[in-house]
Amino acid sequence: MNVGLEHYLTVSFLLFALGLLGVIMRRNLLVIYMSLELMLNAANLALVSFSRFNNKLDGQVLVFFIITVAAAEVAVGLALIVALYRKRQSAHVEDLTSMKL
Amino acid sequence: MKYELLPWLILFLPLVAAGGITLFTLRYRTVSALLSIGAIVTGFVLSLIFINANGWQPAVGEISKNWLSIGTLHIDFGLKLDALSMMMLLVVTGVGGAIHIYSFGYMHEDSGFSRFFAFMSLFTFSMLGIVLANNFIEMFIFWELVGVSSYLLIGFWFEKPSAGDAAKKAFIVNRLGDFGFLLGILMIWGILGSLNFSVLQGQLSQNSLALGAMSTIAGLLVFCGAVGKSAQFPLHVWLPDAMEGPTPVSALIHAATMVAAGVYMLCRIFFVLNPEALHVIAYIGGFTALLAALIAVQQDDIKRIIAYSTLSQLGYMVMAVGLSGQTAAMFHLTTHAFFKALLFLSAGSVIIALHHEQNIWKMGSLKQKMPVTFWTFLVGALALSGMWPFSGFFSKDSILAQALEQGHQLPWLGYPLFITGVLVAGLTTFYIFRLFFVVFFGKEKSEIASHAHESPAVMTLPLVVLAIFSFIGGYLGIAGVYHGLFAGETEKSAGLAAALFEPFINSPLAAALGLCVVAIGFFAAFSLYAKADKDPLPVILGPLATAMKNKFYFDELYEATVIRLHDFIAAVMDWIDRWLVEGLCIGLVRGGTDLTGRALRLVQTGNLQTYAFLFVLGVAVVMYFVLGK
Repeated sequence: MNVGLEHYLTVSFLLFALGLLGVIMRRNLLVIYMSLELMLNAANLALVSFSRFNNKLDGQVLVFFIITVAAAEVAVGLALIVALYRKRQSAHVEDLTSMKL
Repeated sequence: MKYELLPWLILFLPLVAAGGITLFTLRYRTVSALLSIGAIVTGFVLSLIFINANGWQPAVGEISKNWLSIGTLHIDFGLKLDALSMMMLLVVTGVGGAIHIYSFGYMHEDSGFSRFFAFMSLFTFSMLGIVLANNFIEMFIFWELVGVSSYLLIGFWFEKPSAGDAAKKAFIVNRLGDFGFLLGILMIWGILGSLNFSVLQGQLSQNSLALGAMSTIAGLLVFCGAVGKSAQFPLHVWLPDAMEGPTPVSALIHAATMVAAGVYMLCRIFFVLNPEALHVIAYIGGFTALLAALIAVQQDDIKRIIAYSTLSQLGYMVMAVGLSGQTAAMFHLTTHAFFKALLFLSAGSVIIALHHEQNIWKMGSLKQKMPVTFWTFLVGALALSGMWPFSGFFSKDSILAQALEQGHQLPWLGYPLFITGVLVAGLTTFYIFRLFFVVFFGKEKSEIASHAHESPAVMTLPLVVLAIFSFIGGYLGIAGVYHGLFAGETEKSAGLAAALFEPFINSPLAAALGLCVVAIGFFAAFSLYAKADKDPLPVILGPLATAMKNKFYFDELYEATVIRLHDFIAAVMDWIDRWLVEGLCIGLVRGGTDLTGRALRLVQTGNLQTYAFLFVLGVAVVMYFVLGK
C-alpha cells in the first residue's frame, strides 16, 4: 500500500479529535492538559506531512517552534495546576466554577 | 450733559450697600444701617444735583451700553433720563430715604436688623432699575428683582407661618401678572423688532397701526404686569396679606414705590396702548378703586385698612392712565407716595407704642399720649381723603377732571368712572376717619393703650418731613413737570395763590363735588365713630357689612376655583408622571434591560468545559461558512 498525504492527515485528524474530546469530556485538569498536548501534536503531524509532500521546509521550522513553545507552556501550565491544587485541594473542573456569578 | 456718571452712581450705590452688608457687616448693626441709609440718602442728594445741573429734560435723553447681542436681538443696559424717571428718582430716594431712617428706630429691637437693611437696599436698587430702564428687557429684569426683594421683605419674619405664606402669595400672584407682561414684551419685540422705549415710540408715532391686529392684545398683556405689581382686580389679593411684613416695608414697598411701579410702567409705555386697551384699563382701575374702598370700610386691622386704601388709590391711578391722563396718574402717584408712606409710618409708630397690637378696637385715646404721631396722621388722613389744600386734593381732583373731560367725548366711559371716583373719594374719607377717630379719640379700649407713649425722634422726624410734603405736595409744581413731558408743553409757573385755586377754575364741578363728598364722609365717620366702643356699621348694613369684612370672599372664591382647579391639574399630572412616565416608559426600559440581563447570565455557567465546547462549536460554524461553501 502506498502511504500518501491523506493517511497522515487522517491520523492527524483522529489525534486532534481525540484531544478535543478529551478536553471537553474529561474532568481532571491534568488529563485535560494532556489532551491539549495531543491536539498540539496532531497539528504538528499535519504540518510535518504537508512540509514533506510539498518539498518545503517551512512547516518543519514551524514545528520546531511549536515544540519549543509547548515545552515552555507545559512548565508554566503544570506550575499553575500544582498551585491551584494546593489552594483548592482539588484538580477537578467541577470544583473550579468561581467565575460564575 | 453734565455729570453723566451720576445716574449710574445713584442706581448702583444701593446694590453696593446691599452687597457690603451681606458680605462684611452683618454683625455690626449700626454700620449696616448707616451703609444702607447712606446709599439712599446719597442717591437723593445726587439726584438733586443732577436735576439741578441738567433740568428736567436733559439734552441727552438716555445713556446706553450694549449688553447682549444675539442675532438680530440687541439688548442694551441703559438709563432713560426724562422728567418721568427723574421725578420717580426723587420719590424713590426721597420717600425711601425717610423710610430707611424711620426703620432705624422701628427695627431697633429686631435680631435681623442688618439683614433687614440689606434687603431694603436690594429693593431700592431694583426699584431704581425699573425707574431708569430704557428698554423692555431691562425693565422686566428689574421688575422681577423687585418681586424677589418684596418676597424677602414680606417674609422677613419668616418664623411666623403667616408671613411665609403671605410672601409666597405675593410672589406667585405677581408671577401670574408677569407672565402676561413677558408675553406682551415678546409680542412687541416679535412684531416691531425692537425693545427700546424711544425707538418703539418713534415707530408707533409714525404708524400707529404698526402692531396690527395684535395692538389691543399686546397692550393688555403688558397691562397684566401692572395688574400684578399694582395689585389691580383680579390680582389684588396679595397686597393686604403682604402687611405681614414689618411696617416700614409696607410703607416703602406697598405704598410708595413697588406698587406704584405698575402705574409708572403704564405711563412709560403709554404709546403701546390703543383706545380699546385703555378703556379696559380704565374700567379695571375704577372697579378696583371702588371694591377696595368698600372692603376698607369694614376692616379692623390698622395696617389692612391702609393697605386696602392703597389698593383703592392705585385703582384711581390706573383709571387715570386708562382715561389718557398720565399727568394726573403720575401726579397722584407722587402725592400718594408722600401721604401713604406717612400714614403707614404713623400707623407703625402706633403699633410700636402698643407693642405690636394692630386691632384698632384695642386702641383709642392716643391723641394726648402720642401728639406727633397724632398730628402727622391727621395730615396724612386729610391728604388721603382729598381735603383742600392738602396734596391729595390736587392730584385726586386732576383725575376727576380728566374723567369729566373724557366724558365729553365718550360719555359711557368718562361719566360712570367720574361717579365712581367721587363715590370712592367719599368712602376714602369715611374709612380713614373711622380709623382716625377709633385710634386717637374715644376711650382707651385696652390695658395696653393706656400705657402708650410717643416714639423716639428717629421715627418722628421722618414723619414730620413726610407730613410737610403731604401738605404742600399739591402746589410744588410736580404736575407741571409731568405735564411738560406728556403734553409736550411747559406750563408757565403760576404764582402760589393761582396754583392753590387752579382746580376750582379748571374744573369747578369736579372740585366742588370732590370736596362735598369729603365733607359727607367726614361727618358720617364723626357721627358714627367719634365715641364708639364697637363698630355700629354691621347693625346698620347687615349682610353687606359681613361681605365687606370678609373682603367680598375673593380669597375663598379663588380657593374654591383657581386653587381647586390647580390641585386637580396637579393630581392629574402626578398620576401621569407616576403611572405613564415612571410606570410605563421608564418601567418598560428598566424591566426589559433586567430581563435580557437575566437571560444572558444563564450562558455564564462558570464551567470551563462548557466554554471549551461552545468555543469549538463556534470554530466549527466559522469553518463551515469559510470552507463549506
